[in-house]
Amino acid sequence: MSLSMLYALAGVGLFVLGLHGLIVQTHLLRKILALNIMGSGVFMLMVALARRAPENPDPVPHAMVITGIVVAVSATALALALILRLQAMTGRAELPEQQTRP
Amino acid sequence: MNKASSILLLALLASLAVVLGYAVLSLPGQADGLADTVAAQMDSSGVSHPVTAVLLNFRGYDTLLEMAVLLLALFGVWSLAPQAHAGMSATSAGPVLTALFRLLTPVMILVAGYLLWVGAHAPGGAFQAGSVLAAAGVLMLLCGKRLGGRLAGWPLRVGLVLGTAMFVAVAAAVMLGGAHLLQYPIEWASGLILLIEAAATLSIGITLIALFLGVRPITGQQP
Repeated sequence: MSLSMLYALAGVGLFVLGLHGLIVQTHLLRKILALNIMGSGVFMLMVALARRAPENPDPVPHAMVITGIVVAVSATALALALILRLQAMTGRAELPEQQTRP
Repeated sequence: MNKASSILLLALLASLAVVLGYAVLSLPGQADGLADTVAAQMDSSGVSHPVTAVLLNFRGYDTLLEMAVLLLALFGVWSLAPQAHAGMSATSAGPVLTALFRLLTPVMILVAGYLLWVGAHAPGGAFQAGSVLAAAGVLMLLCGKRLGGRLAGWPLRVGLVLGTAMFVAVAAAVMLGGAHLLQYPIEWASGLILLIEAAATLSIGITLIALFLGVRPITGQQP
């Protein structure tokens, strides 16, 4: 197993770890952090798989990851603004269906 | 969440991890991907770094749409958040942070310009340069400095849309010459890419700073 495969498997691990956090955590800020960890796992997987080319790495996944990072930052900012608005309206930073459960 | 369902969740996630890991491991250990295709077309791209060639030329349409996504995210944040409240601008930073800001900002602007220029033939480019510019701006916001009322009006808006507008303008202008959308003439490709990247750097930087601020800045005209 090559080094790039190790990184790719670590990316899969990050993705699943993030998915677990996304399901288990109730606070929306933690859900956003979990989503970002999932995204980082995908980026890591793509960069690792691009390294499998015999000489120079495949530039296409690299270009996608570069733009993806900036887009992920802006999506996170939008999500944070949504949380702030939700908290201003309801006083809680949790989803409605999770507030009814004990 | 009770104990049974959390065990079930862990089992499901573990099986997902195994399936995904198996899928990754079953990929061939050596794969060219599109590296050879890109390398074969490098001469017609106008730049000598493959990632920049893919980003601004071969897949320029993607990058154009991603600039639009950045802008859309900012529109979303601005429409959700209230207008800037006065309390945010009154924070004063310590002397160390202020001194650091004064020292670092020129260096960061220089680094952003260098990254923008070097993107043509080495790792770098609009997104990296824009992020460095945004870091300088975030430092500025943390020091308690805000845009003046006049700058926060239309100059800010022009800066925000400059990257996308320049991209669209170039994409449309080459169509007047009979080419397809974003199909740069080979002799002009290098200059056009630098022009788009310069505008995109500025817009990415300003958009990220505005996203960090999170509220619509107070304009001079409407208090």
